[in-house]
Amino acid sequence: MTTTPAKDTAHAAAALALGDDALVLSHRLGEWAGHAPVLEEEVALANIALDLLGQARVLLSMVGDEDELAYLREERAFRNLQLVEQPNGDFAHTIARQLFFSAHQYLLYGELAAGDGPFAPLAGKAVKETAYHRDHAEQWTLRLGDGTDESRARMQRAVDALWRHTGEMFQPVEGLDVDWSGLETAWLEWVPEVLRRATLTVPDGPRTGAWTAGAGRQGLHTEPFGRMLAEMQHLHRSHPGATW
Amino acid sequence: MATAAASDTAGSQAYDAPADDTAGYERAFDAAVAADERIEPRDWMPDAYRATLVRQIAQHAHSEIIGMQPEANWITRAPSLRRKAILMAKVQDEAGHGLYLYSAAETLGTSRDELLDKLHSGRQKYSSIFNYPTLTWADVGAIGWLVDGAAITNQVPLCRCSYGPYARAMVRICKEESFHQRQGYELLLALSKGTPEQHAMAQDAVDRWWWPSLMMFGPPDDESQHSAQSMAWKIKRHSNDELRQRFVDICVPQAESLGLTLPDPDLKWNEERGQHDFGAIDWAEFRDVLKGNGPCNEQRLTRRRRAHEEGAWVREAAAAHAAKHTNSETGAARA
Repeated sequence: MTTTPAKDTAHAAAALALGDDALVLSHRLGEWAGHAPVLEEEVALANIALDLLGQARVLLSMVGDEDELAYLREERAFRNLQLVEQPNGDFAHTIARQLFFSAHQYLLYGELAAGDGPFAPLAGKAVKETAYHRDHAEQWTLRLGDGTDESRARMQRAVDALWRHTGEMFQPVEGLDVDWSGLETAWLEWVPEVLRRATLTVPDGPRTGAWTAGAGRQGLHTEPFGRMLAEMQHLHRSHPGATW
Repeated sequence: MATAAASDTAGSQAYDAPADDTAGYERAFDAAVAADERIEPRDWMPDAYRATLVRQIAQHAHSEIIGMQPEANWITRAPSLRRKAILMAKVQDEAGHGLYLYSAAETLGTSRDELLDKLHSGRQKYSSIFNYPTLTWADVGAIGWLVDGAAITNQVPLCRCSYGPYARAMVRICKEESFHQRQGYELLLALSKGTPEQHAMAQDAVDRWWWPSLMMFGPPDDESQHSAQSMAWKIKRHSNDELRQRFVDICVPQAESLGLTLPDPDLKWNEERGQHDFGAIDWAEFRDVLKGNGPCNEQRLTRRRRAHEEGAWVREAAAAHAAKHTNSETGAARA
């Protein structure tokens, strides 16, 4: 990696973590284009992907050159949560991932927007976008959970499968001065309430510990991530030094 | 349309109108079209006018939806974040255009579900251009410049189409399309001025997309079965060949400023006509692609059907939830 180091390394590390979250989830949502279950969702998923990509570009630009950072780092240098790199799966998996992550982003950006740190201006805009993303995921969680037997079973499977990736969101990130345990408490109030309203069972499995995901921020990722990066970076890497 | 005979008559009722009344409605309709008035959904209209519009608007909507595929093919490989954002926004716009157009078609008494069903079963077509593959990143630029350019040339006159809902949809769509077209041009320009490999990629894409783009204007005038009637009804304003010629004349100087060539040895300025002469189009290929034998016909329809089938449980869930919660305060039931 040959990017210019930011002046403040702690803030750069935080910008990289948040930027990678947005970049990677945006990419996953981009994979839905042309595959969505209904045209309105083609629009909605692309819209969310675009918001996230916009956030990623601002955040990565705080660290260095956005394209060098996105296209020339290898898997071990990415700092995103493992949750956001999880494959789309079926629509329920995509919605569960979005519900968990948007609820987290909404709370985090809300707190950052209220502060006066370097992330406050970005967070002020992002929190509005994230409120929309969270609402979209909430409405679909209710529809799928409290829809048909099949949709409830699928939504429950998705929630159960992704639950173990949710503890990682509340590990403190260096350079972000927020009340992490307060965020987690608020998340653990809001998300289970949505699940209950959707007639779903709140998983009782672990959210932290050896068998849960927790090392994305340290550059340890899950197997599908490398393949995702191979696709994302291939063209850029094939033309070193080119501009697009 | 403000004629007394038709102003309070719903289109569906008109089918049952007695024959002697129909003649009166028809005169009023013809007069409205002649006076360049807009026909609106509740106005009486000839069955054939309605059928032609349903066919054309549906085909247009289907083209937006199928047309997402060749471009979405490159979203996950876009070589810069700026280009990725532009491409995602474009594909999103196309889904939006499909939605406007299905809504416009629905004002004629059909439904989106019915039209999608016809698309999936091959009973309605989409533009032949989307049966060509996007093999390199430069294809994204060539589609923007040439395919969207041809679409705009075709569609700007539709903003004055005699059927109001279609004309209004086209006004919105054309604005976004011209934006896409400029982005495609700008993408190709960046490649053309880039490394030799990038330049070659751009030229190769233009070589592959030029002729299929010319085919987007449809068969030559003497073979176009719907043209005369559509022009009489002011659905169409210009003939296929007229629009094709206009497009060629626009593209030639643009190709020059791009630093790229167009793959036609017969292309040259004709001083006498004040237009470009150009080579013969391979109409056999055009008919073959329309018949379903193009490079990607099978793949495009299969993908579209699969998205629809795999999404069935999601749509069923939304319907079941709405039925359970018709009085819900959450708003979910109405979404």
